[in-house]
Amino acid sequence: MNSPKCLLYDGTFKGLLTCIFVAFDEKLEVNNILAPGIHKTDIFAENIEVITDETKAKRVWHGFQKFANHRSQNAVYYAYLSELPKIELDILRYFQHTFKSKANIHGDFTNKHVLKIAQTAKKVGREKHRMEAFVRFQLTKDKIYFANIEPDFNVLPLIEKHFTSRYSDQQWIIYDLKRKFGLYYDLQKAQIIQINFSKNLSLSEEKTRIFDTSEIEFQKLWKKYFEATTIESRINTRLHIQHVPKRYWRYLSEKNPLHK
Amino acid sequence: MRFDRIEEKLEILADAAKYDVSCSSSGSKRSNKNKGLGNSDGMGICHSYTPDGRCVSLLKILLTNHCIFDCAYCVTRRSNDIKRAAFKVQEVVDLTINFYRRNYIEGLFLSSGIFKNADFTMERLIQVAKKLRLEENFNGYIHLKSIPGASDELMREAGLYADRLSVNIEIPTVSGLKKLAPEKDHSDFIKPMKKVKNEIIQYNSEKKLIKSTPKYAPAGQSTQMIVGASGESDREIMLSANYYYKNYNMKRVYYSGYVPISNDPRLPSLGSQVPMLRENRLYQTDWLMRFYGFDVNELLNQQFPNLDVEVDPKLSWALRNQHQFPVDVNSAEKEMLLRIPGVGLKSVHKILQARKFRKLNYDHLKAIGVALNRARYFIICDGRGWEKQDLSASRIKSLILRNSAGKFRKEYSSQLSLF
Ligand code: SF4
Repeated sequence: MNSPKCLLYDGTFKGLLTCIFVAFDEKLEVNNILAPGIHKTDIFAENIEVITDETKAKRVWHGFQKFANHRSQNAVYYAYLSELPKIELDILRYFQHTFKSKANIHGDFTNKHVLKIAQTAKKVGREKHRMEAFVRFQLTKDKIYFANIEPDFNVLPLIEKHFTSRYSDQQWIIYDLKRKFGLYYDLQKAQIIQINFSKNLSLSEEKTRIFDTSEIEFQKLWKKYFEATTIESRINTRLHIQHVPKRYWRYLSEKNPLHK
Repeated sequence: MRFDRIEEKLEILADAAKYDVSCSSSGSKRSNKNKGLGNSDGMGICHSYTPDGRCVSLLKILLTNHCIFDCAYCVTRRSNDIKRAAFKVQEVVDLTINFYRRNYIEGLFLSSGIFKNADFTMERLIQVAKKLRLEENFNGYIHLKSIPGASDELMREAGLYADRLSVNIEIPTVSGLKKLAPEKDHSDFIKPMKKVKNEIIQYNSEKKLIKSTPKYAPAGQSTQMIVGASGESDREIMLSANYYYKNYNMKRVYYSGYVPISNDPRLPSLGSQVPMLRENRLYQTDWLMRFYGFDVNELLNQQFPNLDVEVDPKLSWALRNQHQFPVDVNSAEKEMLLRIPGVGLKSVHKILQARKFRKLNYDHLKAIGVALNRARYFIICDGRGWEKQDLSASRIKSLILRNSAGKFRKEYSSQLSLF
């Protein structure tokens, strides 16, 4: 039967690669690839559940690496982390196009999938840099530097390297509130963790309980510094918002009233 | 730490340091060795932006704003009636480390008023950097101010710990300096600059032979000039900048529009506007000199001692030199492509790539990112003749201005794209 198929996978990159393997292996006509929790819209397509398989994933990736250079490989991974609807299908088409042309296709922007992947990867890359700049750690009583983030895309896996090499002598956690997982660096390596936050986390008593007594003082100092370093006669709000989009402001201590 | 005391000092000493526009944390590579703290990866990160649109990358403070000098253009001058404060060495170290660990900053930019004498001050600055490097195992970015008149030994030591060193010339001309800072000697500025330049040259040659040669100021040295304080022309400013680039291997010269800070009759009065557009035009000229192959005398000379504020300096040059145009984008040398108004470095690179495959027309150039509203009067390309026909320079200028009025009038910042 040759009706279009909808592949269901577990949301991991390996899972997606397994889907791509299966699509090739069984010569399927795929019109959708869906991660868990996403509603299917096309009721005519047949669902196939794909079980993530390390070996299959590796084979597809190695095959891809034969033609795709570093940049294309990155682009695909970055695009995957965007979690945009239907991006999986663009990735599948990108692989198909690569295998068919037996060449690196990164610059082939007349192909709409290639263009989409490149544009998406660029957006994800931009947010990666922003997060490296805008993460604000707060010191807890257990001497862990803790930061919350809520990025548009799933950039936590991308910023791990930057933070482990920069802050290799302090314990830290960067927690993605939106995706409910974080990275914990224990002075040796970073690992994925999940935390059940108490509901009262935003209350100031709770904060006093968790954070080091000096924490609020350093935030105050930073805020003071930030105010003192501005030259009033040069204020330029439009330029300012262009550099720091408003949706990031809630995580920047210098832009917020201090708790307490 | 006595936080309330520190807060007061920070307020005073950050406020006094803010007129130094350099906040660059790029150009240095220090990796994190032996589980130390921090690194510099060469790129530099802006961790925040002030409401005036400037990048916040470093903790930029003075060690003290006590000063024995009385330079008219400086808030820290001895005769100014302001609150004075001084950090202890350890306080600066603690602040830097605690800000850095919270990912607020890339490092420290430490300057100072001159207390007692030049060497005494320089030595304190070095102490801070040395402590950060040796005691805290800190690999983040450190920019130290070279204090005018500091000894060669101290300048040698400073470069062992700092990534960048800078002496601010501030007043572009010797005569201006005499007028506004009569106690200061021009040669005092040159002395540390020269030493740092020679050390960098020596380091670069030794490093080739011995890999383990300790780093010396890997991000080089920079300087700053105040614009619009002492009545000098754009030509005088850029000739001076050119001199420092050529003779002292400056990485960067910064131009800082004078922010009025006193009622001294020798200076623009309080409330006068900061010359931000002029500052931007000077940065553009600086780029044309460094990356576009222009000689300073082509852009500014006896006949044209000041830049045109209405249009960018490249366009202004092109309008004066119409005999060099049109340029055929499909065959011209790189040097000439760089001189077309509305064509930036990236576009030149793309044109050179793309024209190997096909002859380029207006659509291609547009897709590449060329600003055709300016370029069209200076080029010929595939399928199009020369747009200029027999328009005069002033006519072209007014046509361009009409089509980009909004953009040119509003964008005042040097941090926006320059061409
Ligand atoms: S020596 Fe430096 S700090 Fe002192 S008044 Fe002159 S410019 Fe200002």
